[in-house]
Amino acid sequence: MARYDYNDDSVVVIVGSGAGGGTLANELCQKGLKVVLLEAGAAQSPATFRNDEWFAFNQLAWLDKRTTSGSWRVARDFPNLPAWTCKTLGGTTVHWAGASLRFQEHELKARTVYSNIQGANLLDWPVTLEELHPYYAKAEDKLGVTRTNDIPGLPGNNNFKVMYSGATRVGYKTVHTGRMAINSRARDDRSACWQLGFCFQGCKSGAKWSTLYAEIPKAQETGRLDLRTQSQVLQVQHDKNAKVTSVLYADKDRKQIRQRARVVCLACNSIETARLLLNSHSSTFPQGLANSSGEVGKNYMRHTTGSVFGIFKRPVHMYRGTVMAGIIQDEAGLNTKRGFTGGFEMETISLGLPFAAAFLSPGAWGRDYTRLLEQYNKLAGLWIVGEDMPQSRNAVTLHSTERDQFGLPIPNVHYDDHANDLAMRKYAYHRGAAVYDAVGAVETVEVPPYPSTHNMGTCRMSANARDGVCNKWGQAHDIKNLFISDGSQFTTSGAENPTLTIVTLAIRQAEYIASESSRRNI
Amino acid sequence: MTKVKKLKRREFLQKGALVVAGAAAFASGVTVVAGAEQWTSGLKTLNPHQGQTLLAMSRQMFPHPQLDDSYYIKVVQDLDADAGTKTETARLLREGVARLDGVKRAKFVTLPPTAQIAVLKEIDRTDFFTKIRNSELVSLYNNHDVWKKLGYPGASYSIGGYLHHGFNDLNWLPDPPESASPKPA
Repeated sequence: MARYDYNDDSVVVIVGSGAGGGTLANELCQKGLKVVLLEAGAAQSPATFRNDEWFAFNQLAWLDKRTTSGSWRVARDFPNLPAWTCKTLGGTTVHWAGASLRFQEHELKARTVYSNIQGANLLDWPVTLEELHPYYAKAEDKLGVTRTNDIPGLPGNNNFKVMYSGATRVGYKTVHTGRMAINSRARDDRSACWQLGFCFQGCKSGAKWSTLYAEIPKAQETGRLDLRTQSQVLQVQHDKNAKVTSVLYADKDRKQIRQRARVVCLACNSIETARLLLNSHSSTFPQGLANSSGEVGKNYMRHTTGSVFGIFKRPVHMYRGTVMAGIIQDEAGLNTKRGFTGGFEMETISLGLPFAAAFLSPGAWGRDYTRLLEQYNKLAGLWIVGEDMPQSRNAVTLHSTERDQFGLPIPNVHYDDHANDLAMRKYAYHRGAAVYDAVGAVETVEVPPYPSTHNMGTCRMSANARDGVCNKWGQAHDIKNLFISDGSQFTTSGAENPTLTIVTLAIRQAEYIASESSRRNI
Repeated sequence: MTKVKKLKRREFLQKGALVVAGAAAFASGVTVVAGAEQWTSGLKTLNPHQGQTLLAMSRQMFPHPQLDDSYYIKVVQDLDADAGTKTETARLLREGVARLDGVKRAKFVTLPPTAQIAVLKEIDRTDFFTKIRNSELVSLYNNHDVWKKLGYPGASYSIGGYLHHGFNDLNWLPDPPESASPKPA
């Protein structure tokens, strides 16, 4: 493994090792660049993962205190846990379910296609689907996405069987076991899926793609990656010419270290990327680094979500096998006749008993609730994931009084559901229930959103510097050698799980950084 | 000497009662309170009355007829351990129990179940209630013996996952076509 000097200002420093940062690190190392990868969490491995929901949550999740505000139900149910993301090597790719879908063309032109929706701060992406397609293809190959590159789909589990029968009975046509970054057969030195049923707890079979064991070891093999775990970046620093020069981070012993850099790339997931920029304010950037637009932290998106569970007379055992075992795509397209704009996917979901108890009805207690839990084995579940509207006031901001273990303001996450989000959720609950009713559900249960797993938009891409934080390459409008490399760049959320697009943008960004570096532009 | 003998006798009776009550609960599915004083004597921060009150509350919060008191005693023991390290928790529990006893002008533990539920409904927006609920959610539903009772097997890695252990064994609906759900490799 490479070890670069703290004063080596020829390195690219990447903050965060998940879908964006982990991929970018490997891509840049393959192209011959020197990379320092800083990860706030520790390194786990398939050997240290455990098939145990609470244990894994404490082992992998980002648990530093955060606060919430706004009308979203998460603020009431989980006031200090707005998001379920990870603080571990590999970031949230350790926890993700593997669904890998491309954006649809109209979703990248939301402002043009949806026109002016009141209260929404819509913008077209400064990049088209046509430009992204070749990079999506590379990303699908890298992740080994099923139903692409001649890779067969995964076999469906019991939860999918219920979804499939119900969906086809209500007339849905595009229903299958999904495009998943989970091996249906051995590929890329990773095994085929064992159907463990613990995708969210770190995949012990290694069948699910994660930067932890897919990208980072490959980057290390080049001899150009300097990986530093348990290294939490506190500040990005710049010079008089508005170029970033270094990052200040705390190592595992809380010793503060300054690492110089030629280029800095932020991939800390949307809450921490925005917080890091806001905490890096200076006399040149009093509102936060790269924030002349005032858009850093704003337009926070988390997808319109919710779940529907059906209770059946006969056993389902939904916990057996992949968590996202199948998808219904018929509602994902553009169809404003439903009373809202944008679309949504329905994907199977399952929870183990401990998390079912915690999440099926937050706040519930008493015999009605325990009667539901006693039906655990007879539950089938699906998750709604739909496009939510970017809104200026939905924002990550710095807390006015509370400080973290390093003395820095903690983040507050504010989110108000837009009327479009509410209309979509109501409709989607109704459709999800119809799927289960069609196969004889005794009862269906509408489950409110979990803490956000899809966090997007706090440093959005824009054609014009006054509308967003970065350009079509994720390069900060204000600072040439500063890049946003995670879902924070998303201009809109689309209806698709974000990871494939984050990886796609990282592959594309790596080409740009390599090319701009060789031209001495950065 | 007399005192010691009495204690021993009481202990014996309680142990006997526990066995009998446990057998009764197993046979009928009815929940009984047994060996009460015995388990509360193991509490470090909570007094016996607080322990009994929190036990009654825990039962009303997440009542399962098939679970005897031992599962709920574990909930109280976890709260007691938490209160032993956090003064904030100790204060919440102390004040919370006093509040439970204050609502109906009668000790919470002496109230009939419907009245206990009514009391809990009155306080279900308090920090105390939230604390008990969140703590019990983990203590109760992360208990592997409770998993067995409710039919959740937990870890599957040791059996090599469900690929050869029934991941797709549901037989009351038709199998999807292979185009939607390919056969395992």
